[in-house]
Amino acid sequence: MQRIGVFVCHCGTNISATVDVHKVAEILGRESSVVYSTDYQYMCSEAGQNIIQNAIRDRHLTGAVICSCSPRMHETTFRKTAARAGLNSFMVEIANIREQCSWIHKDKEDATQKAIAIGRAAIAKVLLNTPLVPGESPVTKRALVIGGGIAGIQAALDIAEAGFEVDIVESKPTIGGKMTQIDKTFPTLDCAACILTPKMVDCAQNEKIHIYSYSEVVKVKGFVGDFEVTIKKKARYVDENKCTGCGACIEKCPMKKVPDEFNLGLSNRHAIYIPFAQAIPKVATIDAMQCRMLTSGKCGICSKVCTAGAIDYKQKDQFIEQGYGAIVVATGFNPISLDKFDEFAYSQSKDVVSSLEFERLTNAAGPTNGVLLRPSDGKHPHTIVFVQCVGSRDTTCRGKEYCSKICCMYTAKHALLTREKYPDTEVYVFYIDVRTPGKGFDEFYRRAVEQYGVHYIKGMVGKVVPRSDGKLEVQASDLIMGEQLHIDADLVVLAAAMESDKSARPLATMLTASMDTNDFFTEAHPKLRPVESPTAGIFLAGACQGPKDIPETVAQAGAAASKVIGLLVKNTLKGNPCVAQSDELMCNGCSSCEKVCPYGAITYVDKEFKMPNRTIAIRRVAQVNPAVCQGCGACTVACPSGAMDLKGFSNKEILAEVDAICR
Amino acid sequence: MDDNRIEEREEIERISGVDVRKCMRCGKCTATCPCYDEMEYHPHQFVCMVEKDEIEPLLKSKSLYKCLSCFACVERCPRQVEPGKLVEAVRLMVIRQQGRNHLNPDMIVKKLDDRMPQQALVSALRKYSK
Repeated sequence: MQRIGVFVCHCGTNISATVDVHKVAEILGRESSVVYSTDYQYMCSEAGQNIIQNAIRDRHLTGAVICSCSPRMHETTFRKTAARAGLNSFMVEIANIREQCSWIHKDKEDATQKAIAIGRAAIAKVLLNTPLVPGESPVTKRALVIGGGIAGIQAALDIAEAGFEVDIVESKPTIGGKMTQIDKTFPTLDCAACILTPKMVDCAQNEKIHIYSYSEVVKVKGFVGDFEVTIKKKARYVDENKCTGCGACIEKCPMKKVPDEFNLGLSNRHAIYIPFAQAIPKVATIDAMQCRMLTSGKCGICSKVCTAGAIDYKQKDQFIEQGYGAIVVATGFNPISLDKFDEFAYSQSKDVVSSLEFERLTNAAGPTNGVLLRPSDGKHPHTIVFVQCVGSRDTTCRGKEYCSKICCMYTAKHALLTREKYPDTEVYVFYIDVRTPGKGFDEFYRRAVEQYGVHYIKGMVGKVVPRSDGKLEVQASDLIMGEQLHIDADLVVLAAAMESDKSARPLATMLTASMDTNDFFTEAHPKLRPVESPTAGIFLAGACQGPKDIPETVAQAGAAASKVIGLLVKNTLKGNPCVAQSDELMCNGCSSCEKVCPYGAITYVDKEFKMPNRTIAIRRVAQVNPAVCQGCGACTVACPSGAMDLKGFSNKEILAEVDAICR
Repeated sequence: MDDNRIEEREEIERISGVDVRKCMRCGKCTATCPCYDEMEYHPHQFVCMVEKDEIEPLLKSKSLYKCLSCFACVERCPRQVEPGKLVEAVRLMVIRQQGRNHLNPDMIVKKLDDRMPQQALVSALRKYSK
């Protein structure tokens, strides 16, 4: 005879305002097998948990039903409570009467009836539950960081600091990411390179950190604690171990007219190149699409001038397989393409630039050595118009519906620095809203207006028309004055929205990590687990999770690293016992389950079965590797013969719940 | 022309001591103004227009004499811009010119009635004539 206890939580007024909790406890208490039923203000509090523990001990409960919030919130809490009182954790069922009942209903009578039905379903299920014991799996004490920008660098340094091996995989020839392209950082205006490059050097010199530059993750297998990752090291046609970064090959390379992506096409580079002077690793890379030797077989100059003998035209892509316990995703962002914003004449005039291009135009290491010059004629611009929210807060197909968050501050920075360096320049900023939450941020923006005399105008730019005299005719609105403005500008700077890197979506598929509709990685809980993916063992850092600035990125990277360290210090991990199992007698060997399993947890074996009349038959049956199975349940749905079942969520248990609701 | 406009702005800023750049366009001054309905240009417009050197329309505006100088806008501005002082400065720019007094002693006789306090006359003369 089973003895079930029912515990109904008020959740303050979250539940009790719309659900008559006393009535729920009273009616569920009358269910057969229920020997104890009560309600309490906060079941998750210490006092509430004591009620549960005492009831389990005193009433010799064999199962418990907690009518409370979502199991995502407190299932673990209540399972631990039960375990402390000597009840198997998997004999606890959560009836979600908050998110699925009280929060979404207004009528108290109806909501109470629904809460009772949800409670009944949970009782029906717990009656069929069996005690489960989680298995243990080992932890590979090595972390992978995907993306070598400031987020990846900070995460890697923090993990290495704790004594664990870390690999950084970066798709570009150098680590450093977007921050290497930036001139100064808001709101303190310290030089980006001065604070970033020492960290890059730290990564290179740290013996716990290994950098795979010009590399990509191509395959991920396994699960938390035991990921098997294949990394493709793209052929750079230069031996990384031999190259000294002297640059002799670059000087002599005859292919000089390749648009330099580091300067966003504002200058040219050679076919063999090092992106910038402080690159890590400081190793040359040959652009295979541009190199004469690789495209036509006629040249080979770099090989002749290289004294280290590092050039290798026959180098092939290399594939490296490595095991990891945890993975940090730090794939970052890109500005959106401005091709669809014709009204700003971005593709018509060289003097209409994106903010990142402006960043290069003012960077001491940029194409103009930090002197602000118009890209078209190399003259000093006297009137500059900044346009904010280009593609941000735009629900049409050409933009992004979200706020890109950093544009207000970097535009204020650009405007302020321009007025500081060139006081003879008139600077206009067109904005919809100025959003400057952050320490010292609003003060910074106000400084641009009050001290440096930047003209902030509430309104948008309607169109930019390049004139034959080289000026840009800007037509805009000033909503506060209620008038249309016409400004003859020399330079127009567009604050393009930021979007998740293109590599993020395929990577998320490989990692089985979830994403939102904007291709930003989803966090396990938006408030309480902001640096973890819902997929165990995957952690998030930086703009791959949503638009954010450098301080936030660094903070998040540090938080992700601490989560990784917390995982890697463990020798073994308790697995999830709610895994699939196959009933070999019912399995018909069709392979449907094997095909749908996203984790590769199912294999088929030939097994001998005793048949009537002492004969033996060999049948092909499915077997589940419980260490790999994540309990997603796809196989149980795919199985045509009902042989596949999920422990803790068996077909019988689910149907009993449905029956209880329909009763 | 442009230089003249900038000179006018600087003069207004000097008289009033107001730094128009401190304004962040929240509209508190206009929201609080008891003379809103009487005014052609409202307190926030004074600030915006002075910043943009558009002073000519302000000098001609009747709004200069509708302002009560109650200084509610000065009191409530979150950025200490003090728009009321700006209105006063623009008015001073006008009445300091030859023959531009808005109120002369001989005009007062017509306006006298039993309920008018003496003090109102004194302050009106101070406010509207040099």
